[in-house]
Amino acid sequence: MTTLDLPAELRDDGPGDLPPGATPQPTARPRRTRRLTREDWLALGGSLAASLALVVVGYLHILNFSGTVGFLLCWYATFIAVYAVVLAVTHPRTIVVERLVTATLYVAAAIVLFALGSTIVYTFAQGWKALAHANFFTHDMSGVAPTAPLTEGGVLHAMVGTVIEVGIAVAISLPLGVGTAVYMTEVGGRGSQSVRTVVEAMTALPEILAGLFVYVFLIVELGMAKSGLAAAIAMAVTMTPIIARAGEVALRFVPGGLREASSALGAGHWKTVWKVVLPTARIGLATALILAIARGIGETAVVLITSGASSFTTVSPTGVPMNSLPLFIYTAYTTHEPAAIARAFGAASVLLVMVLGLFIVARVLVRERKAR
Amino acid sequence: MSTKEDVITVPAPGGPGTGTAGGLDAVGISAWFGGTRVLADVTLSMPPATVTALIGPSGCGKSTFLRILNRMHESVPGAQMAGEVSLDGEEIYAPQYRVTEARKHIGMVFQKPNPFPAMSIADNVTAGLTLTGTKLNRKDRSDLVEKCLRQAHLWDEVKDRIGQPGGALSGGQQQRLCIARALAVRPRVLLMDEPCSALDPTSTLRVEETISELCSEVTIVIVTHNMQQAARVSQHTAFFLAEQGSPGGIVEHGPTRTIFSEPSDARTADYVRGRFG
Amino acid sequence: MTVTSAPPEAVPRRLTVTHDTGDRIFHGAARSIGLFVLFMTGAIGVFLGYQSIPTLHRYGLHFFSQTQWQPELDRIGIAAVLVGTVEVAFVAMVVSFPLALGLALFITDYAPKRIKSWLVTTVDLMAAVPSIIYGLWGFFLLGPQAMNVGRWLSEYLGFLPIFKVDTDPHAAVWQQSRYTGSVFIAGLTVSMMAIPLACAVMRSVFDQTPLGEREAAMALGGTRWGAAKMVVFPFAKGGIIGGTMLALGRALGETAAVLIVLAPAYAISDRILQTGGQTTSALIASNFGNATRSQLSALLTAGFVLFLITIVVNSIAAVIIRRSRSAALTEI
Repeated sequence: MTTLDLPAELRDDGPGDLPPGATPQPTARPRRTRRLTREDWLALGGSLAASLALVVVGYLHILNFSGTVGFLLCWYATFIAVYAVVLAVTHPRTIVVERLVTATLYVAAAIVLFALGSTIVYTFAQGWKALAHANFFTHDMSGVAPTAPLTEGGVLHAMVGTVIEVGIAVAISLPLGVGTAVYMTEVGGRGSQSVRTVVEAMTALPEILAGLFVYVFLIVELGMAKSGLAAAIAMAVTMTPIIARAGEVALRFVPGGLREASSALGAGHWKTVWKVVLPTARIGLATALILAIARGIGETAVVLITSGASSFTTVSPTGVPMNSLPLFIYTAYTTHEPAAIARAFGAASVLLVMVLGLFIVARVLVRERKAR
Repeated sequence: MSTKEDVITVPAPGGPGTGTAGGLDAVGISAWFGGTRVLADVTLSMPPATVTALIGPSGCGKSTFLRILNRMHESVPGAQMAGEVSLDGEEIYAPQYRVTEARKHIGMVFQKPNPFPAMSIADNVTAGLTLTGTKLNRKDRSDLVEKCLRQAHLWDEVKDRIGQPGGALSGGQQQRLCIARALAVRPRVLLMDEPCSALDPTSTLRVEETISELCSEVTIVIVTHNMQQAARVSQHTAFFLAEQGSPGGIVEHGPTRTIFSEPSDARTADYVRGRFG
Repeated sequence: MTVTSAPPEAVPRRLTVTHDTGDRIFHGAARSIGLFVLFMTGAIGVFLGYQSIPTLHRYGLHFFSQTQWQPELDRIGIAAVLVGTVEVAFVAMVVSFPLALGLALFITDYAPKRIKSWLVTTVDLMAAVPSIIYGLWGFFLLGPQAMNVGRWLSEYLGFLPIFKVDTDPHAAVWQQSRYTGSVFIAGLTVSMMAIPLACAVMRSVFDQTPLGEREAAMALGGTRWGAAKMVVFPFAKGGIIGGTMLALGRALGETAAVLIVLAPAYAISDRILQTGGQTTSALIASNFGNATRSQLSALLTAGFVLFLITIVVNSIAAVIIRRSRSAALTEI
């Protein structure tokens, strides 16, 4: 496309395109402003193929290496070199750098996504052996040795334990967390900045320290038994700051105008918070709670230290050891028996499903909030 | 078109320009944001070495049209366009024409001044060179900085502190810095999107002086709400209008004098006489 | 009539607000909850610190130079464990930083807009996966692959001390057992937890880059990478550093994955490819079970040191993020 030949009337000074009162005919359709031309795709594809060929020959035959990771690394390095040379022939330096960076970023994203994907897929693939048996969900390990075949035993006690422990932890951490969030946003005052700083520091506390604290303070000093309750308390220590911080963000999102309207109607502070602010923020608070739960049910170090790894099902939170999914996984793993490891992966799959489920619920809630 | 080497010729300060003002031709431009069409079939040619003003009430697509001229429109998610834009006969939307090339030849000054706050004034001016990978030795670089700041009527005010951050200037100075920055890459066309709407009258005057002096070197297309400004600085004017619920388009265009004194269309007449807008 | 003098100065009234009883209770309750949380944290820190006194009293500074953990011989110290913690975290950050930065930039600027929110969700999901699951993956799936890389590194770059492994890398049959359960593999596994944390912070900061500056860079003819270097990175400096430090804090305290992947060994070693190592949190987790009172105190001391380290790292991160340009622009 070179010079345009415009009809004469479009170049003259005269009436423009729209005669009075007329609407334009919708004749035009959007055009694709594609970034890459056919040459670009050829350059990319050609470089990929050429580097692959080079690496196949060099890596496998000349240098005689093995191992997938090394192959991929070499392929990437060769591809970058070949692509750079190919691009440099026709494009200036800034474009060459841009294309190479683009390729590298795609590779980086692919690496991370692949790592995550392989984790999830591998867990389910390895867990399938155990999950295929119904007794996995209905029995516990009382009287069943770790080496027993997969037709015996199950993780009922671990699942029940996880649910109970998390339930108690929520009962403790939800009021504390929301209360702290309310304190930070609604009441404020001199202490609130210190509280905020501390809450933020606490969200980063390694879970092992929370467990250690509960273990030494409650179990050793105060003689409490290793139990579900102890584990729940330690879990609450980690969950409360998460709820407090995410809850604070949710409460801040509530428009100040609502609070003012409520005050103007004569409502006291407490009434305003209870009847206006909290209900408005309920989706954000629910999301905060769900994220805290997802964090809590996956904590291994906490339950490792504070609740004993029992093999029988119990619903009593005090006095007896209570197993939970992460703890079961760990203790099964340490036996290094194939059957136990299969069960460990099965339990890991159940745990993963729980976390994924919670996550999806949280996402749905967030989307609902955005839709309002 | 696909240049390998990026070479900038630096005219001596105060010397004649490089005379590379380019002509833009837009044919059949339509624009969409998502599913909504905001511009319908706009055709306009902006001759080289002139100032073309785009006037019209708010929301009729003037800025959108301007951003289509340097391919900034497509960076908005969901934005689409149709039609052709040619710079000196070369179609800038052709697949083999790189976006970065188009923007190098067609510069833009935005409504809200946006100097890079982390960089010094001198580095701000040469930012475009850094971004396009153009190399200059130190002497040419400082000559270019001085020349562009003079062209933007900013040199005298900042010559003692060109090493200081670009964010510490007043609004008017920031905008003139942005103009200097846009000029440093020697564009053939300079697009200005309501450059003075956020500025005080003195800065506005300076910017208008700059526009008048520049137009022999750089073609200028300026969107403005200020009709007196359009009358002052431009040789050609195009009047945009969007009827209720319809996409915008050009009602009338032509020499500025004609548009303002004897417009052919009743709507143009109403607008320039202040009856609406 | 003319006004000859200025009107008297107006003095603001002091207003006192009296809340009704319900509100006073509410304020009191909220304040006590907030202070309780404050108190709890302090209690943990104080408790750990207080319990460390007997240990420090008994072992003194040798606690920090002794590498062995043999309670029955009364030889315990956290020197090896601290070094191991730092090494694992170091490997994790070396791997995580470029990947997190690249992924964050990819999501913000390079990914097709339609899949951007999916990517954000995926990164958050990555952070939600329990660390023990990464531990299993790290041991069973990643480990063998990483060992191959380790072998290659020790064979060709073995002149560098950190890549040495005390086995003959050129032997026809290589000793796999010398490469399993290494700091290298543990660090790679921990990076799975560090990456999403750093990436989330970096990405949210990248997203806040002022549009005007970005557009200015594009309008000057810059490429996406050029705009990133000139506009996004300087703006996001605080977020990048802060996010990395938050991830570092996480890496320092990780327990479950290290327990599974790292083969315990109590010695100061810079050989990250070789089997063996131990971190503070794994030390505590593995030894609490059959610890006597005094050994427990020693574990608490180790815990206290870890507590201090993570508090310091995370506080620095929080300050950096709060002071950065991006924080100044957020309303929250």
